[in-house]
Amino acid sequence: MRRFAPRFVALGYLTVILLAPLAMVFWRTFEHGLSPFWHSLSSQETLHAFQVTLMITAIAVPLNTVFGVVVGLAIVRRRFPGKGLLNAFIDLPLALSPVVVGLSLFLLYGRTGWFGSWLTRHGVQMLFAWPSMALATIFVSVPFVAREVIPTLRELGDEQEQAASTLGASPWQTFWRITLPSIRWAVVYGVVLTTARCLGEYGAVAIVSGRIVGKTETATLLVQDSYERFDATGAYTVGLVLAAIAVVVLVIMTLTKPKESTA
Amino acid sequence: MIVVLPIAALVWESKKDGAHTFWQVVRSPEATAALKLTLVAAVIVALVNAVFGTVIAWVLVRDDFHGKSLVNAVIDLPFALPTIVAGLTLLSLYGPHSPIGVDVAFTRTAIVLALCFVALPFVVRTVQPVLHELDREMEEAARSLGASEVAVFGRIVLPNILPGILSGVALAFARAVGEIGAVVLISGNLPYRTEVSSVFVMNRIESGDSAGAAAVAVVLLVVSFAILLGIGGLRFLVTRHERHA
Repeated sequence: MRRFAPRFVALGYLTVILLAPLAMVFWRTFEHGLSPFWHSLSSQETLHAFQVTLMITAIAVPLNTVFGVVVGLAIVRRRFPGKGLLNAFIDLPLALSPVVVGLSLFLLYGRTGWFGSWLTRHGVQMLFAWPSMALATIFVSVPFVAREVIPTLRELGDEQEQAASTLGASPWQTFWRITLPSIRWAVVYGVVLTTARCLGEYGAVAIVSGRIVGKTETATLLVQDSYERFDATGAYTVGLVLAAIAVVVLVIMTLTKPKESTA
Repeated sequence: MIVVLPIAALVWESKKDGAHTFWQVVRSPEATAALKLTLVAAVIVALVNAVFGTVIAWVLVRDDFHGKSLVNAVIDLPFALPTIVAGLTLLSLYGPHSPIGVDVAFTRTAIVLALCFVALPFVVRTVQPVLHELDREMEEAARSLGASEVAVFGRIVLPNILPGILSGVALAFARAVGEIGAVVLISGNLPYRTEVSSVFVMNRIESGDSAGAAAVAVVLLVVSFAILLGIGGLRFLVTRHERHA
């Protein structure tokens, strides 16, 4: 009996805090059948919110992937002043509240902010529009690709890369033929994490977007908005779609993780 | 450009009206209540996670049962799930229309519950690899010399996995201090009662008081820096230990 005690404690805790609530959301969404679910899913507002979310994600993920790989390479392979500082700052968004991120951007690009007044004079709208939302999303999801790529690059060593360049390969060729193929699973894993984070970002986007319904409202903002308007079905519908995406992400994560460690 | 500049703007805004105004905002009853609530909740969450995270990691490494790999995959769900949906899920089971009759919505218990949900993976994921690498021969040796199970765990396993637990706890703590999405729906955000710091900051921005928001945000920023420094220090100590060994 004592042998099983940890198992029951672990599974019990997981059930109470994770699995039971998730099952409940599923049940709540389809409580009144399929038609209310379809009705809220196909509403103009929901479709638009998902469009905004997807657009922001489509901007943030490629940028952060390139950035993550470049920074990872720089930190592992190069020596330059301020490297330790860069390494520390990469982790900052992981430890920092998204609200603080949102507020920082708000102050920087707001009407009285450092860049805000210049941008306003030139007719560029950052705040309460997609550019600041994209920036906020990029900010919070900066670390993921770099964090996955760095340990893989370290473990890999640079012997193969040096061999390639002694054989006359240009740095560009070495990168595409040697480095990138060896870190590809780390990059994929990082991209999956980045995507999940971008789709689910709430705190930072809530502040810089201004939550203009039908314009800058993302899927996560719509969940809150619907719930607070007592449109529980609407909130649960969007919530369930986001949860379904999370499950897909989880499956991809589980599939890419072991391959990365055997590669 | 993306990370450093905005933070500089934030610090500048909080200092613009002088240190006096900064302290005035931070010491105001509402801000103090919010900061205190956030820190106390984060400490509770860190402790709960330290215990349950270690147990879960232990079960995942040492125990064997059907569906273990599924459980292992599910641990990461709070990372993949948008935090606002995390809040919504908890609200559907432990909220006003709870089918099991547990309604903790708009209480401090709800805040701790929501934070436990989002911080769940940290300790598990930092302890699991260490436990996996741990040489079982030490434990066998201790057992054969007559050590009880409690002694084996306390004297051999725990000291080895402690750095893992601590860095997981630090990450969980940081997450709990800054979390907003999971908390905002379930806490009700009542000033002085269930308003956490991040919600306080958001409310201040929405009411146009950016200096007030910036002051509390800087406190959160300092906490984040301190935690990062702590983790860095911990990593340094652990690797130094390995270098000497």
